[in-house]
Amino acid sequence: MDNTVHERISQEVTDNPVVLYMKGSPVFPQCGFSAAVVQILSHLGVKFKGVDVLADPGIRQGIKEYSNWPTIPQLYVNGEFIGGCDIIREMYETGELQQVLEQKGVPVRA
Amino acid sequence: MAMDAAMIEQLIKESLPDAQVSIEDLRGDGDHYAAHVVSGAFRGKTRIQQHQMVYQALRGRMGNELHALALQTGAPED
Repeated sequence: MDNTVHERISQEVTDNPVVLYMKGSPVFPQCGFSAAVVQILSHLGVKFKGVDVLADPGIRQGIKEYSNWPTIPQLYVNGEFIGGCDIIREMYETGELQQVLEQKGVPVRA
Repeated sequence: MAMDAAMIEQLIKESLPDAQVSIEDLRGDGDHYAAHVVSGAFRGKTRIQQHQMVYQALRGRMGNELHALALQTGAPED
C-alpha cells in the first residue's frame, strides 16, 4: 500500500477517538451496512468522525489493507479496529460495544 | 456479479475442513448471503480473527464478486 495513504489513515484514527470509514456521509449513507452502524452509534449518542471512502479511492482500497478487512464500513476506536457491520451489530446487541466504548473513555448515552 | 451458495460453502470448507456452514440467500438474488460458520479452529480467536479466517477462505472474493455476506462465527459448544 502507498505509504502516504497508510500514514493518513494512521493519523486519522489516532487524532479522532471514534472514526467510521463508510460509504457516504453520516447524514446520507450510501449503503445499508454503513447506515446500520451510523444508526447504532447515533443511538448510543457517540460522537464520531465519518470518512466517506467513495470520495477517495486511495482510502477505499487502503483501509482494507490497513486492517486486513475486505469490506466497508469499518469502525475504529482510539486507533483500534473494532469491527465491521456484523460485529458491531452483534456487539451492540450483547452490550459489549457499550462496554468497549466506555473502557476506552468514549461517553455513551445510557 | 453473483456467487453460488454451494461455492461459498465449498471454499469455506476447503480452509476449515471441520466447519459446519449454513448459508442463507437473503434476497434470492445470489448476491446477499448470511453465513453461520462453526469451527473448532475459531477457539481462542477474537471475532475479528474468526471473520478474517472466513474472508481468507473466500480468497479475495469478499467485497468483490460477493457483495454481502453477513457473518456469524463461533467455536462448537463443548
